[in-house]
Amino acid sequence: MQYDHILIRYGEMSLKGKNRKHFVAKLYENVKSKLQSFPDIKIKRNRDRMYILLNGEDPQPVMDQIKDVFGIQSFSLAVKVNSTEEEINEGALFALTKPENVKTFKVSVRRVDKQFPVSSQDMNRVIGGHLLRNTEGYQVDVHQPDMEIMVEIRRDGTYITSEKVKGAGGLPVGTTGKSLLLLSGGIDSPVAGYLTMKRGVEIEAIHFHSPPYTSERSKQKVLELAQKLTRFGNKVRVHVVPFTKLQQSLYRQVPEHYGMTVMRRLMMRISERVADREGILSFTTGESLGQVASQTMESMNVINEVTNYPIIRPLISMDKLDIIELSKQIDTYEISIRPYEDCCTVFVPSQPKTRPTREKVNEVEAKVDFTQELEETLENIETLEFSEEHSEKENEFSDLL
Amino acid sequence: MIYFDNSATTKPYPEVLQSFHQVAETYYGNPSSIHRFGSDSERLLNQSKKQAAQLLSIDPEEIIFTSGGTEGNNLAIKGIALQHQNRGKHIITSSIEHPSVLEACKALEGLGFEVTYLPVNEQGIIDISDLEKSIREDTILISVMHVNNELGSIQPIQQIGKIANRYPKLYFHVDYVQGLGKVPLDFHKSKIDLCTMSSHKIHGLKGTGILFVKKNTSLFPLMHGGSQETSYRAGTENLPGIVSMVKALRMTLEYQRSHLSSLKKMHEKIRRSLEEINGVVVNTPENSAPHILNFSMPGFKPEVVIHALGEHGVFISTKSACSSKDADESAILKACGADHERASSALRVSLSYFNTDEEVDTFLSTFRTVIDQLSEVMG
Repeated sequence: MQYDHILIRYGEMSLKGKNRKHFVAKLYENVKSKLQSFPDIKIKRNRDRMYILLNGEDPQPVMDQIKDVFGIQSFSLAVKVNSTEEEINEGALFALTKPENVKTFKVSVRRVDKQFPVSSQDMNRVIGGHLLRNTEGYQVDVHQPDMEIMVEIRRDGTYITSEKVKGAGGLPVGTTGKSLLLLSGGIDSPVAGYLTMKRGVEIEAIHFHSPPYTSERSKQKVLELAQKLTRFGNKVRVHVVPFTKLQQSLYRQVPEHYGMTVMRRLMMRISERVADREGILSFTTGESLGQVASQTMESMNVINEVTNYPIIRPLISMDKLDIIELSKQIDTYEISIRPYEDCCTVFVPSQPKTRPTREKVNEVEAKVDFTQELEETLENIETLEFSEEHSEKENEFSDLL
Repeated sequence: MIYFDNSATTKPYPEVLQSFHQVAETYYGNPSSIHRFGSDSERLLNQSKKQAAQLLSIDPEEIIFTSGGTEGNNLAIKGIALQHQNRGKHIITSSIEHPSVLEACKALEGLGFEVTYLPVNEQGIIDISDLEKSIREDTILISVMHVNNELGSIQPIQQIGKIANRYPKLYFHVDYVQGLGKVPLDFHKSKIDLCTMSSHKIHGLKGTGILFVKKNTSLFPLMHGGSQETSYRAGTENLPGIVSMVKALRMTLEYQRSHLSSLKKMHEKIRRSLEEINGVVVNTPENSAPHILNFSMPGFKPEVVIHALGEHGVFISTKSACSSKDADESAILKACGADHERASSALRVSLSYFNTDEEVDTFLSTFRTVIDQLSEVMG
């Protein structure tokens, strides 16, 4: 006998009444795309479970992939047997004896198919007895077992699963709309993107690039971060905004200590135009309260004035150390800490206004007109699309390597 | 010409030479330069590291590009010893290591370190219980090779790793120069902390290599300077060499998948045929690496046999090229318990995936002819 299935339990989407069907379909799509490098597996789904038929595929690499899919509460390796007492006993014995380091166990039977003649309670005893009779050194412990053997008797067969592995949780990406992530290249914004995706949101990113003030490398860094995020959402588009001209005229015309606030407001205005064009209904930022000058309550108030789009700020109340921890977990940290200038750091004034007011900034802005540069900028946005690498992807250096 | 000296070095793949040329010509920017031209080189460097890591199932941060096997072994051994000497000054290695391991250990002895050289049995394998017994409170490093360069014998790396893993203070280094591309080795399963590889043994170019350094393992650098290779190995990267090495690695692992069985067949054929020749003693034990075959011709001077074969365009070697300039006797065979006659008449055939059945046949017939001729004088 060998594990032939992976059983996937849905997360809180199980609760979402009418939308359930849509959620399951999306999760199915996401799992399927995640596992496309395993041609032999098959995925089956029903209202409250998904099953991956391994067809001889090694389970471990498949499980490693599934761990990153949002909308999965937990999953387990499973054997499927026919719903007869004999086969169920045999399957449970396999599930118990296969892993090492298990000494105590507990059997939990769920009889979904009420046609099955033996009740759950009785089945618990039948299986438990069979296991004890046919093994040595194992004991039952209903409170803190090393392993809970779960037996689900369903109409199409009985699924016997061992160890429950925790899934990524959250909701399937693509079920709760799209958000435009302001991706700077720092540590915070990719984490913000990740957390937003966790709530089922599909992410497109916008990045402001100011050559020659910012280098090719800093753009490259952002593109690599977007690539990393595809691990959780299959596809991520990046809108690269050529920001140089705007930034130059801004710094010529706006008093130095208001420069940053006005720049942020410009970024919001551009983002809104891009969102409007792409049918995106919200923004996501990596802002965390109090971190830097632009993230004071006053700054946020003033910057936010230019848009009434919802702004998702998943990091707003998080400590920096926790954010760093997450960025390491999602493998973006090493990229984020590469020391290249981004458009926010190049023009940082020596004394930025940490407490700007709406009134004052509007006064400053009334004296300048960036319309022409803004339109020009919008016309020259470059959009790139990234999708998850499932194998050694062709890259620009393929011929050399 | 028949080249059967692939454990000394290999012929570079034409594709590798092409990459070398192309990179040297096009990507000569310094990866550390901040201009775009430098950044192109940097991207290529990063991509190379990423691909090498994928091929070896490790993380890119766990790779240090070196100048080859000798540097890799030196960096691993001296790097660990110097960095962690406060924890202890005892090192364990085997008596049949490559000179770059043995001499590095000897040099450390001069600095106050103690080294245990484990004996080997006649198959060239260390005794696991010997190893266990030699571990002390102050042991900081075990360095054992995977495939032996002269004999082809394979050490029980996984078992050694398991034991080393029980001691948190202990690092485990493996010289994988001969095994790479021929005998698979799972670094993680074998609990390896450091692993040396070399490019020119897998049809790459001389002057490049990889040292695998497991995450969170710190080393004392041999080269101080810039922050290249996370400061463990300063010096402007040899980008053409690195790119061609990674290409050679990819191609070699592909050949390993498709050609390993035919390599084994050739190896087996040579072994069986040599065994039939009067006066030949095969030294390579069964179940060894599929590309090295060591045998002795007691009574014959190996150098003479090599030159005689060379006249027919057949190239094999005596002991490892790195110690061939010493006296005739092989220290490795001696350590395996061979008598002087056998230890001083050893020859080594080492194959690559590009050798053919026809070459094997030609070699065998040439060899017989040469031996017949020589035995009139020597035998």
